[in-house]
Amino acid sequence: MDKNRDDRLRFHRRELLVGAAYLTLGMSKAHATMIVGHLPWTPNAGNPPTAALPGPWMFFTGEEGRAIEALADCIIPPDPQTPGGKDSGSAIFIDRQLAGPYGRQEGLYVRPPFMKGTRSQGHQSEQGPAQEYREGLAALDRSCKARFEGKAFAMLSDSDKDAVLKGLECGEFTLDGADGKAFFAMVIRDVQMGFFADPIYGGNRDMAGWKMIGYPGSRYNYLDWVNRHNERFPLPPVSMTGRAEWTPQTR
Amino acid sequence: MAKILPKKDVVIIGLGWTGSIMANELTDEGLEVMAIERGPWRDAPTDFPPDYMQDELRYRVRHELFLRPDQLTFSFRNRIDQTALPIRSWGAFMPPNGVGGGGVHWNGEMWRFLPSDFVLKTHLTERYGAAFLPEDMTIQDWGITYDELEPFYDRFEYLCGTSGTAGNLRGRIMEGGNPFEGSRSRPYPTPAQAQPFSHTLFGKAARELGYKPFPQPSGNLSQAYTNPHGLRMGPCTYCGFCEWFGCSNYSKASPQTTILPYLVRKPNFSARDHSEVTRINVDKSGRRATGVTFVDSSNVEWEQPADLVILAAYTMFNVHLLLHSQIGKPYDPIANTGVVGRNYTHQTISSVNGFFDNKKYNFNPFIGSGSIGMCIDEFNGDNFDHGPHGFVGGGYMGQVQTGARPIESTLVPPGTPKWGAAWKTAVKENYLSTVKPGTGVHGSFYAYRDIYLDLDPTYSDRFGRPLMRITMDLKENEVKQNKFLTDKFAEIIKTMGADKLAIQYRTAPYDISTYQTTHLNGGAIMGTDPTTSALNRYLQSWDVSNLFVLGASAFPQNAGYNPTLTVGALAYWAAAAIRDKYLKNPGRLVDA
Ligand SMILES: Cc1cc2nc3c(=O)[nH]c(=O)nc-3n(C[C@H](O)[C@H](O)[C@H](O)COP(=O)(O)OP(=O)(O)OC[C@H]3O[C@@H](n4cnc5c(N)ncnc54)[C@H](O)[C@@H]3O)c2cc1C
Ligand code: SF4
Repeated sequence: MDKNRDDRLRFHRRELLVGAAYLTLGMSKAHATMIVGHLPWTPNAGNPPTAALPGPWMFFTGEEGRAIEALADCIIPPDPQTPGGKDSGSAIFIDRQLAGPYGRQEGLYVRPPFMKGTRSQGHQSEQGPAQEYREGLAALDRSCKARFEGKAFAMLSDSDKDAVLKGLECGEFTLDGADGKAFFAMVIRDVQMGFFADPIYGGNRDMAGWKMIGYPGSRYNYLDWVNRHNERFPLPPVSMTGRAEWTPQTR
Repeated sequence: MAKILPKKDVVIIGLGWTGSIMANELTDEGLEVMAIERGPWRDAPTDFPPDYMQDELRYRVRHELFLRPDQLTFSFRNRIDQTALPIRSWGAFMPPNGVGGGGVHWNGEMWRFLPSDFVLKTHLTERYGAAFLPEDMTIQDWGITYDELEPFYDRFEYLCGTSGTAGNLRGRIMEGGNPFEGSRSRPYPTPAQAQPFSHTLFGKAARELGYKPFPQPSGNLSQAYTNPHGLRMGPCTYCGFCEWFGCSNYSKASPQTTILPYLVRKPNFSARDHSEVTRINVDKSGRRATGVTFVDSSNVEWEQPADLVILAAYTMFNVHLLLHSQIGKPYDPIANTGVVGRNYTHQTISSVNGFFDNKKYNFNPFIGSGSIGMCIDEFNGDNFDHGPHGFVGGGYMGQVQTGARPIESTLVPPGTPKWGAAWKTAVKENYLSTVKPGTGVHGSFYAYRDIYLDLDPTYSDRFGRPLMRITMDLKENEVKQNKFLTDKFAEIIKTMGADKLAIQYRTAPYDISTYQTTHLNGGAIMGTDPTTSALNRYLQSWDVSNLFVLGASAFPQNAGYNPTLTVGALAYWAAAAIRDKYLKNPGRLVDA
């Protein structure tokens, strides 16, 4: 038992050095500190969110961008009161997410071996979201071109687009080189996420999604309202950066 | 080689809820205490200030405040005959990371367990007979009673300023409180929170059905409060960014709001952040801990010698460190021997969403807090006769409007398309008139012979150490319990006036990708017999007497409540044993 213990510890120490090298790559900002006598606190030392910058695609190619914008408008079609997924920025939202830490699977456990598990064992693919979008969008356009006389998804008529997406959803329209059903489920989730996330991330432009449902945004105090039952909250939404009316020069 | 630091009286692994409680108690005793924390120091002005804390994408969807799986994760399988695969991104639970631990981003639902929960095996066997229990169920008594723990429940509630309505004050049943709770020595420190519209409707419907609804005990304070350490908390503003988020208002009970500003001023306390303990060191006999080894963020390996080691790293990391340090015999489900990893449990939860007529109902669902709530306890523990139902256990249920953040809370009635114009219209029409209970049904999770923790043969962490492997499934008893409770809950939501219900039962297999609370328990349980428990009734390791292990890893099985009030009370109980007994005569507090 004791001999065993010693062997384990020796083995452990060697591995520890390897692990330590890995740590340097992973955590650059963090610094271990010693805390004594008072709360460690420096003014304005926070870590505010990184805003999505306007401008051209950062992750998508032009072709992919057209496809994702078309998808965004099918998932959230424009109507007279509220813009659709494209004009409210869901495609930009997804692009900026995929170009950032999320797309790179930053912080996730990506060590091999990759094996196919049961459904209840969760996502096990080696591919991150960026790769899944790249392959999924390419496969979607390939399959559409094969089926609709060389037309990419974005070029299809509205009714053909809907038919393709309904087919993907129920598994009848399959993609060559991607799991169409899982891919479309991911796009639905992300387009809708962009529509309801804070506008700082590029979607939900002018808080269109929040206005549509009556969500007041990042207000912080409802003390006066918790006891007002079954009465509509009257104030318009605010985002983390405030309201356009408050800071006209930024718009 | 590890650099060796000057010896301390006490080293504490993890500065979350239990680590903070213990550090405060032992520094009061005059001991030199060093706490070592894996994550960063966190506080409102730097990590969750009111100008950008309301960020559903960052904090809820991308889990900003939590441990990153590449730093440490677990592998998972449902059954012993399967190959476990790694949890690559969090799903079923979210392990905390950083000073304050889970206290930073918890809801603050603060429940006491029932007196019968502590003597579960004895109680159920006496009432229903041993044959009523499933054969592979390994529930056992705790080795401590509710009455012994009551003063420590009380201490933790007064530390936090808990808002609630007493249901049983020194044996007297009180109107408006939980009539099933154990006797309490004092009322709650602050009155219950205000209740939004959906909660009052839930209360009315529950009363119509013959139940006795009461406000959920809450760590989101109804009014300003000054705690026994002189720390001041503000009233909760029902901001709706509570669970998953930190509180910028100093209104949510956490180590940051209730202990740390007081603790940190003591000259005999120090802490290190960004430092992960990799091993508890023991001497040649294997019976005495000599301190801990940790690695800081510059990859420097340190050794912190100490006379007393407190393991307070949260359930999973407690068990993981015991296994890696080879303290206590690892559990073997086939041979049914060993203790470390045994009786691992979770929580059996489910919910029912109610869709109401938007012309008649407006719930302003974004007004809420993590632990506000209107609940009933008729179907918890053994508060009802299980004889006719063929299962044991139960849970509380209630409407908990935690703040309908729009990414997660734009629900549509069953049968609505998932996208397109019909979806868009349905979202618009239902957002303000939908009841989406935060937890809904909060059921117990009892222990089984083949549900356990051990080390994985294939996958390793960044240090090359084997990951801890979870073998976990939902058994027929829990599935039946959940069906029964969820149907009762659905009946209340229907009685509130919902037109349509979306009922989600909890079913097998246990799914590691769906969130089911971060109430993980067991693996290093307390008890009276060293062959079936890793710790004695004072949370002292049977094997290494200068090691105490705090947290829900000590629960022999889980009750139908959130764990933390019991976790905190047990930390105070263990601290009292160390102060009153152990320090006077270091050694085993209970003869085996
Ligand atoms: C989203 C969420 C909501 C919750 N809501 C509720 C609720 O409403 N009611 C309730 O009762 N409970 C709730 N909980 C659970 C609650 O947070 C925990 O029960 C509680 O925090 C446990 O206290 P602890 O001291 O055991 O662990 P923690 O508070 O998690 O502290 C453990 C600390 O140890 C550190 N650590 C871990 N490993 C190491 C290591 N190797 N070296 C150094 N440090 C280490 C961790 O970083 C952490 O800071 C919730 C949890 C979550 C995640
Ligand atoms: S709901 Fe209340 S306690 Fe929770 S974060 Fe908001 S203000 Fe703080």
